[in-house]
Amino acid sequence: MKIEVNGETRELAATHLAQALAELGWGEARVATALNGSFVPAAARDATELSPGDRLEVLTAMQGG
Amino acid sequence: MRDFYGVTLPTPMMLGTARFPSPAVMEAAFRSSGASVATVSLRREGGAGQAFWDMVRGLGVHLLPNTAGCHSAREAITTAQMAREYFGTDWIKLEVIGHADTLQPDPFGLLEATETLCADGFKVFPYTTEDQVLASRLIDAGCKVLMPWGAPIGSGMGLNNVHGLRTLRAAFPDVAMVVDAGLGLPSHAAQAMELGFDAILLNTAVAEAEDPAVMARAFALAVEAGALSTASGPMAMRDMAVPSTPVMGKAWL
Repeated sequence: MKIEVNGETRELAATHLAQALAELGWGEARVATALNGSFVPAAARDATELSPGDRLEVLTAMQGG
Repeated sequence: MRDFYGVTLPTPMMLGTARFPSPAVMEAAFRSSGASVATVSLRREGGAGQAFWDMVRGLGVHLLPNTAGCHSAREAITTAQMAREYFGTDWIKLEVIGHADTLQPDPFGLLEATETLCADGFKVFPYTTEDQVLASRLIDAGCKVLMPWGAPIGSGMGLNNVHGLRTLRAAFPDVAMVVDAGLGLPSHAAQAMELGFDAILLNTAVAEAEDPAVMARAFALAVEAGALSTASGPMAMRDMAVPSTPVMGKAWL
């Protein structure tokens, strides 16, 4: 299905969030995730189903003031 | 001495991690200043996150994640939830920006996000103005720390409304307060501490100095001077001169 990942449209085979992260190469990475504007805790990624058109944000540490 | 949600900081200086010319220069600024808190952020994963995470952990200071760039309570709340998980802290520097040019806080969105986050167990450090009514509402919502601005973020103008900041400080004597944003010179930081604030947070003034590590040290010394001044009870200002050398015993010439 097609979903939006960090603002870019991606075609993924995954049906759940944890699978999507692995498919995108972030399976082992330290990231925080939000789906359609709502936080998804790491522990909930396995059980979080994806739907076509979902907006996934995958964030990481960055410099800040 | 006021603490920050039960944490006593070794130095009253918080330093941002952005805009430095290199990670090594940033680390040098932390070392030379002894800053005890580092502000950090979350952004879209572009490959550099892991290295930055390793570096900030290596600083050995408290991490204060921010919600910089959020323009709505909803965005800020989601960002705070993500930051809590990522950085492993319930501290959050809550920014809900209300205007693109001044970067001043949106007081309504800020209060809404603060109420939700405090109820969810966050220890909120709200980036606010010197407005006393807003401060009161933020404290009612559960804030034990306030972060009033000195001037617009990145402007370097110093304390734009000294009267307002003094009034705010006096109105809530039990609440820890950090002057956040707008400081440009060490004298601004000293002035904030002389007004009785508990710490300062700065970033651009250090990161964009020609020599950030030395400027960070200058700020640290200024903060210490201002804090010592407040602790030692300054003299009262007078309108007229009073001779400091005793008049008694002066020769009659």
